[in-house]
Amino acid sequence: MVEHALDKSSRIIGSFRDRIAQFALCFAAFLVSASFAWILFDLVRGGIGYLSIDFLVDAPRDAGRAGGIGPILISTLLILLIALMAALPLGWATAALLVEYLPAASRFAHTVRYSLLVLAAVPSIVFGLFGNAFFSIYLGMGFSILSGGLTLACMLLPILVSTAEAGLRAVPDVYRQSGAALGMSRAAILFHVLLPAAAPALMAGLLLGIGRVLAETAALLFTSGYADRIPGSLLDSGRTLAMHIYDLSMNIPGGDAFAHASALVLIAALLLINMAAMRLAAGWQHGTIKSK
Amino acid sequence: MTLWRHTISSRPGYADTLTLWLSRGAAGVAAAVVLFILLFLAAESWPVLRHIPLLHFFTDASWHPGEGMYNLAPMLSGTLYAAAGALLLAAPLGIASSLFILYYAPPGIAHGYLRLVELLAGIPSVVYGFWGLTTLVPLINQVHPPGASVLAGVLILTLMILPTIALTAHAALSAVPGEYIRGAVALGMSRWGLILGVALPAAKTGIAAGITLAAGRAIGETMAVLMVTGNVVQYAGSPFDPVRTLAANIALEMPYAMGDHRAALFVSAFVLMLLVMMLWGLGAGQGESNDG
Amino acid sequence: MRTLPSTQSLLFAAALLLGSGWGQPGHAASQKLVLTGASTIAPLVSEIARRFESRYPGTRIDVQSGGSSRGINDVRNGTAGIGMVSRSLKPEENDLRAHTIAWDGVGVILHASNPVAALSQQQIRDIYTGGIDNWKTVGGKDAPITVVNKADGRSTLELFLNYFKLKNSDIKPHVIIGENSQGIKTVTGNQNAIGYVSIGAAEYEARQGAAIKLLPLDGIAATTMSVRDGTFPLSRPLNLVTRGAPEGLAREFIEFARSVPVHDLVEAHYFVPAGVR
Repeated sequence: MVEHALDKSSRIIGSFRDRIAQFALCFAAFLVSASFAWILFDLVRGGIGYLSIDFLVDAPRDAGRAGGIGPILISTLLILLIALMAALPLGWATAALLVEYLPAASRFAHTVRYSLLVLAAVPSIVFGLFGNAFFSIYLGMGFSILSGGLTLACMLLPILVSTAEAGLRAVPDVYRQSGAALGMSRAAILFHVLLPAAAPALMAGLLLGIGRVLAETAALLFTSGYADRIPGSLLDSGRTLAMHIYDLSMNIPGGDAFAHASALVLIAALLLINMAAMRLAAGWQHGTIKSK
Repeated sequence: MTLWRHTISSRPGYADTLTLWLSRGAAGVAAAVVLFILLFLAAESWPVLRHIPLLHFFTDASWHPGEGMYNLAPMLSGTLYAAAGALLLAAPLGIASSLFILYYAPPGIAHGYLRLVELLAGIPSVVYGFWGLTTLVPLINQVHPPGASVLAGVLILTLMILPTIALTAHAALSAVPGEYIRGAVALGMSRWGLILGVALPAAKTGIAAGITLAAGRAIGETMAVLMVTGNVVQYAGSPFDPVRTLAANIALEMPYAMGDHRAALFVSAFVLMLLVMMLWGLGAGQGESNDG
Repeated sequence: MRTLPSTQSLLFAAALLLGSGWGQPGHAASQKLVLTGASTIAPLVSEIARRFESRYPGTRIDVQSGGSSRGINDVRNGTAGIGMVSRSLKPEENDLRAHTIAWDGVGVILHASNPVAALSQQQIRDIYTGGIDNWKTVGGKDAPITVVNKADGRSTLELFLNYFKLKNSDIKPHVIIGENSQGIKTVTGNQNAIGYVSIGAAEYEARQGAAIKLLPLDGIAATTMSVRDGTFPLSRPLNLVTRGAPEGLAREFIEFARSVPVHDLVEAHYFVPAGVR
């Protein structure tokens, strides 16, 4: 009898504890959702009225209080292109080497992995200082799209290598064996079999990289500068959308409205990219499971 | 199976050798970036370290580069306050979010909430900073001026690192083998008992890694913090006091810094880098000891 | 399956070389001039540059703001052809040559709704050093004062400190800002804030609708007028600085920036054109 009562009371305590836990967890989830809704609501309320095609194509006037973000979108695109052009071949080639050519225990592979891990931990402002000292001053690129793009390329390497590595590793060995059985060289297997098979992972890495570039500000402050005009060459300064939001919100009295609108544009672009990346990642996982 | 990749003996053709060497070169460059960053930070810090002993960066009266005072300690404290505060809030909220998704929410809501957290992860820091500046800071100002404060920094950082913690915890908890869970259910454990007794212990390495990652992000974050913490160099006595973090200091003063002042900013980047690497070493060491 | 694996490899190799190397430097405009320096001068010079470019097609003038000391630094190391410096040159800067394009003053600003209409030198000094921390002490409402100070390295900060005989380490700030406009933005956003900025920038922003007001200094109104007639005590030249005598495009630009056809731009930014005073 006593035992039974004890058991019952502990079960009641247990279920009471369970209830509290459940409530706390739901509350936490609510809190997070509510903050997100709050941010989004503020941005939409502040910026939606200023969004238009003209806003996307016009040049900013009066330090960004009027006009649009046309030249800024162009600069953003140029910086993005430079960063990808420099980082993609480097990153993917490194991943191919790590997965296809080097034994896992190789000293070189270990060093490369280790330094990429450290690189992934470097704060973006440190990348900015490095880019300023190396690209802008030491190599004499000044404040330019080129200097900003290359700085961001350094920042992208770890993501690109790790996604490509994961993608290549997920390609079943049967592919490599069949290729070899057909008498293909290893390079041919890499280019014709493995890279195409890993394409969704490479794409996902690419999209993640694009997202990272679009969101970055600190690394560009001292490398790409922030001229708000259409750059005439890659050695001209140009500001990205994220930099534009920073400048409008910190430095321009009366710039908040257009900062809101620019933030909406940036978030919309990032959401689209994120969604595409997730769709790809999901499809890719699905694909590898099926092929196994 | 993996062995095959490296022992395959097809005749290396011209294309093979070229690809191999190019990839080696790429991997070499990728690995060298981190060394290059450290090298440049050291080279640019050297002019000031040559005539000001390192100790001065922690014993000077304060940070007044114009008057030859270079104490980094108040900013180090500001960095740690903001990061620790954010971790204290984000870790429980993030873990709770992942538990909510996996164990409490109905499938539809769980999926939606997971998407939402992923979206939060994609919002750029400058947008968080902008929202903090226009919404959070005025709000805190009404409670306790001046509004720009440690508290504002903590809250913004919490929102920024929460997704990292939630997503890594989600991944780690999803990886807990199903038998564990089914076994616990068969033993008649309550849901909360199961979480505390089985799921969390089994996933603790992954969760800890996520928290380390988030801590690194909080310490290195620049723009969002710069925009909301007021940037006064001091030891904060209360959450409502403004502070300056190491990263924000670099972004704020770099555009106007020359000579020793500029070199001192590179020293602070070095300290920031050390901090992040120490943290990362801590996380890696933890992972290794758990693996072994 | 496609053939010619070696062509593919070569393409890959080319991509590697291209990517890891330089990208394309592209074609610079035929004649280009870079100006960096004081954020006080940058907006004005941007406008002058725009007019200059349209008058002399094929030229490109890039203007980057960042503080007087950066202007001096960049001219010395050659990153910029011309530096913008919002103060007189110091004796140790005699390797450079200054060309004054306009005059400006530094004024103390409050939120437009702040009832305080004037502060003495001593009161301002006390507010900035923390001796006075509530507006009611100086005749305002009962509210704590938010002191806005400038980050190290700014010439506005140097002028302010010199004039009020303060050291930066004595100041007890609540918010630290970089650019003039950031100071104005901070004060518009906080009813109890006090800051100091370029008078030109403040008048310009006030005209654009920013909720700020300029306080008189030692009884003299902080306006472009008092800067123009030389009575405002805290005024300064706005200089374009070159290493040695300017040549080519730099010389043409400086001559243009000091000429009468740009006086309307100088006045639109509430500065006083150099020739007038």
